Formats: sequence, structure tokens, C-alpha cells
Amino acid sequence: MTARALINVPAKARRGEIIEIKTLIAHPMETGFRVGLNGALIARDIITTFRATYNGEEIFRADFSPAIAANPFLTFFTVATETGTIELHWEGDNGFAAAESAPITVE
Amino acid sequence: MTNMLRARSFTSPRLRLRGALILATILAATISARATEIPPAERRSDYEFLGPQTRAMQDDDTANPGMLGVLDGEALWNRRDGEANKSCADCHNDARASMKGVAARYPAYSPTLGRPIDLEARINQCRTEQQKATPLKFESKELLGLTAYIALQSRGMPIDVAADERTQPFIVAGRELFNRRQGQINMSCAQCHDDNWGRKLAGAPVPQGHPNGYPVYRLEWQSLGSLQRRLRNCMSGMRAEPYPYGAPENVDLELYLMSRAKGLKMEAPAVRP
Repeated sequence: MTARALINVPAKARRGEIIEIKTLIAHPMETGFRVGLNGALIARDIITTFRATYNGEEIFRADFSPAIAANPFLTFFTVATETGTIELHWEGDNGFAAAESAPITVE
Repeated sequence: MTNMLRARSFTSPRLRLRGALILATILAATISARATEIPPAERRSDYEFLGPQTRAMQDDDTANPGMLGVLDGEALWNRRDGEANKSCADCHNDARASMKGVAARYPAYSPTLGRPIDLEARINQCRTEQQKATPLKFESKELLGLTAYIALQSRGMPIDVAADERTQPFIVAGRELFNRRQGQINMSCAQCHDDNWGRKLAGAPVPQGHPNGYPVYRLEWQSLGSLQRRLRNCMSGMRAEPYPYGAPENVDLELYLMSRAKGLKMEAPAVRP
């Protein structure tokens, strides 16, 4: 199955308004410290980087660590400057990559 | 006092009978006090015992990780599978209409099995009989997703399981199991969830134990989980042997819990700590 993500970006905002962006993505965030039933370590499998761009310009970036729970939920704030698209990218171990985007209208 | 009673009762059979009667009355009183069900007016969803942060997670569909499972379930609903190459939607069309209120009525009596069947087993019955596909594994992402997607269609609707002559024996069996002391610490479900709800167990509030949000996203599990998983989890907490997945005892308990929560609003997929 592909990675499922839920994002919450306000569809409309006033120019200069501070808006909250909420993101939730399905991911096991396997720490790499757990031992499986066969006694061997379960390999690490986490999201390593999250990046958000607003009309191509980076507005937020986060590095993830093994201590972050499964299905990470991340929210951040930005200033609504112009009408356009907010793009969200997740990258991680084993070539994990997911992207979502949402339009925003600024009046 | 006991010595006196005993001494007296040896002398007079009438007094001995009276002593036995008093003892029986005391016993009856303690047993009934122990096995008191929560009055309908005091029944509260486990949501009410959550902290504000966990409530906020459940209240916002873009913050509730259970909704990721719902997305999986929606995709599966529309995916053709099995030898019959049919999807759920091919028979049931739009789940938002056809599955409305269904989860609030499960476990329901299955005439073919002659006993109640829960939603997970009903999905697998459809898979094997209609889709000619292999049944989904208990607690698999697929089965939890489909169950969550179907249960979501009953959100806000009151629990309304059938309590008729066909289901009654199984409700009674479930109630008996709920009130039976078991395991190494000799506890019953009722001792926490009927007698001590609202108090604290190791700092966490003891809820009434209603099944109106399953499958739930449990923060401790970091995943969705079924009511059977939760029941097995409680059993091992009581140092008792959990019944295997799909065991009739689990379904009886599920049915009793649903009848005990009758009228409470469905909130699946709920978030629990």
C-alpha cells in the first residue's frame, strides 16, 4: 500500500494571516532498537526528513529521530503571503518518499 | 461474637437456622453490591475519561491516526478481490449509505452459525462466501482498515444490538464472563469497570469500558486495534489466559459489552491512551 497522509491546510486566508498547517502520515517509525521474535534486531525504518514549500520556497523543515512515534503528526505555522500551493514532502529509510500538496487562496 | 453464635446454634436448631439466614442475607447483599451494573443514566463513553490532548486528537479527523486506517479501508472496499473478482462495492455500493448504522448493531446473530458474529468475522464471511477470497488475518492492517471504514459510517449513531431470544443466551454468557473472577490475581472485569470506574489505576482513570469506538487507535499500540485485542490485553493484565482471536467467549463478551453500552453514540475510530 502507498503511504497514506492526511493534511489540513486552510483553503482561504487573509494576506498576512498566521495559518496552521497540520500533517499526519502513516509510517511504522521502527526505531532500530527493538528485538524481533527471532532475537535479531529489527532494522531501523523511519522518516528522516520533512520539508514544506510554499510556491517553491522552503518554509519549514524537520529532521526526525527514532524516538518519534509511529504515524507522526506534525503541525507548524506560516504566514499567508500569496495565492498558490503548499507542498509537503516526507523522505525516509529504504527509499521512502511521499508528497502531498494543497492549494491556498489569499485575499 | 462468632463463638457465641456457634455456641448458641449448637444448643438451638431454630437459632442455628436464624444464623444461617442472616449469613445468607449478608452474602446476598455483598454479591448484589458487587454485581451492580451501571445505571443507564450514568453510562459514559470512555471518551469522557480522556485528557484534553487525546480528546483533541479524536475530535480532528486530520489529527486522528485512526483515519489513516479508514483511508486504507476505503481503498479496499473498492478493490476487486478473490476468484469471484468482486469488490465490496460491487454488492454493497456506496458504504456511506449501505453501511450506515451497521457497526452499531454488531455482534449480530448469524443464522448459519447459530451464534453471534462480530463485524470482523462478518467481513471475512463475505470474503470467503461472496468474493471467494482468503479471509483476512485478525489485526491485519487490511481487516482493521475495512472494519474502521465500516464503523465510521455509524459515527454518532446510538449502539443498538439486538437483545432477543436468539441473542439473549449469549449476552447472559458474556455477562457471566464479565463478572467471573479469573487469573492469578483473581479479578473480574466488573471489579474495575462496574465497581471502580472514575477512580484511578496507577494514575490513569478507570473508564467504564464501553466498546463504542472500536477499532480504536490506541496510543500505547501506535496502531489501530480491535475490541478482541483490547479484551485479550485486559485478560493478560488480569494474569488470566486470554481467549484466542475469534473464540466464542470473546464474541460473547463483545456482545455483552455492546448491550451494556446500548444507546451510547458510536465514535469509531476513537483515540485511546
